[in-house]
Amino acid sequence: MKKSYEKPFIKKIQVGLMNKFGAAYGRHIRSEIDGVPVAELTARYGSPVFVFSERRLRDRYQSIHQAFASRYPNVNFSWSYKTNYLDAVCAILHQEGEGAEVVSELEYQKARRLGVPGSEIIYNGPYKTMDSLKTAVQEGATINIDHFDEIYDLEEVAKGLERQVKVGIRLNMDTGISPQWTRFGFNLESGQALDAVKRLVSGKRLILNGIHCHIGTFILDPQAYSRAITKMVEFSYQVEDAFGLKMEYLDIGGGLPSENRLKGIYLSPDVAIPPMDDYAEAICNTLLSKLRPNDFPTLILESGRTMVDEAGFLITTTHASKRLPDDSRAYVIDAGVNALFTAFWYNFRVELEKDIPGPHEPCTLFGPLCMNIDVVADQVILPPLPRGTRLIFSPVGAYNVTQWMQFIRSRPAIVLINNEGFPEIIREAEGLEDLIQRERLPKHLKLS
Amino acid sequence: MNKLSSLALNEEGFVFDPTTGNSFTTNDIGLSIIRYLKEGKDSEEILRSLLDDFEIDSDTAQRDLIDFLAQLRVYRLFEGS
Repeated sequence: MKKSYEKPFIKKIQVGLMNKFGAAYGRHIRSEIDGVPVAELTARYGSPVFVFSERRLRDRYQSIHQAFASRYPNVNFSWSYKTNYLDAVCAILHQEGEGAEVVSELEYQKARRLGVPGSEIIYNGPYKTMDSLKTAVQEGATINIDHFDEIYDLEEVAKGLERQVKVGIRLNMDTGISPQWTRFGFNLESGQALDAVKRLVSGKRLILNGIHCHIGTFILDPQAYSRAITKMVEFSYQVEDAFGLKMEYLDIGGGLPSENRLKGIYLSPDVAIPPMDDYAEAICNTLLSKLRPNDFPTLILESGRTMVDEAGFLITTTHASKRLPDDSRAYVIDAGVNALFTAFWYNFRVELEKDIPGPHEPCTLFGPLCMNIDVVADQVILPPLPRGTRLIFSPVGAYNVTQWMQFIRSRPAIVLINNEGFPEIIREAEGLEDLIQRERLPKHLKLS
Repeated sequence: MNKLSSLALNEEGFVFDPTTGNSFTTNDIGLSIIRYLKEGKDSEEILRSLLDDFEIDSDTAQRDLIDFLAQLRVYRLFEGS
């Protein structure tokens, strides 16, 4: 009778080193996503595969919307396309009631193609082409101006159309957070923002009716939003009193965090990240306390990351294991920073499809790219993983499927688990054809 | 090899290196491999012994053995191949 086998290991006993969280190594198991077994998803769609949950996305929108709408009477959400512009994801959020917030003509066209009317699009960003500005004006989009040259461009558009055009301007300001974003919009404290308004007014072709501000990203201090709102309201009344211009909206942008773990942050997300109600409270209470009686401009939020990050998973598979010269364990998995671009700044949650016996140890997870920086995760505590083990990364719903790279390997498929719990493909895996379809080989270079 | 012969082992997988004073913990299979090494078996012989004694396929056992020997080398408990 043969004895049962377990992968051999040997570890040096180190006295005095303790896990400062006081807990034993956690076992993180995820055998299914929204009721669909991981094994079924990989059998049908291969590995790696992104999986989005419609239910989680809708639930998240509804809870964030509720947090704000129950505190302020005039709230509007606009979906940040750059965070995730998959048709299916955008359509879910549009169905829920979000408009589209776009930052390029490409995103603008994508939103229009999906059926979003121009009047429900907010056009932001530092680079807006003349043609796209003209289209946006004609279709009634909300345009937030980023710089003085854009004022000139929009005046030219207005002149060509022989009418005045309503516009907003983007402000940047000190809200007590670091780094302070100063490259977008007009600076408030230096007087540049007021100069922009004066310039707008003197041109007589543009009518300022809104103020936009986006203070940064992954903001962990709700009071930073409170300070931003205070300054925006004060500025809007300064403009109203000096020029008779009424601000119809205050757009606070995005920057709300997801429940991801930023590299360099010691605490776990459930401790480090304030609940969404704290943000809603800070923004709405400040707004209500600073606004003049019976004045309720539209509060616009362009939340991206916080809305979609937790709705996304990436299923991967271990391809090989390595023992590095420092005795640390490493695995090569089938998805790298080409698919998970946010690995550069997040420590994702890494879960196993099933429990695996054996001693846990800190591991590095390398992607499949022949490139030294392709590290998806390090210091992940894992048991000895046999070849072919499924690892599930989350949250990965924000920015990966817009910033991913077609480098060396083609992009994986994306699946949506719909509200009924059935998986549907929403983006097919790419292949060689996607790589070469736009290439043209000059005749004299043909090899045969 | 000399280092291996001086190692103190017990049935619970505790390994003590009297030269450095370092202690280690290993599992049943690890203990068996160290014992085989102490007996002077080479990797091929150890592999055959593992296949005889345990419920395991040849590929997995070979992979794990290579990895385990690499660990022993890192800890300077073994210098052979």
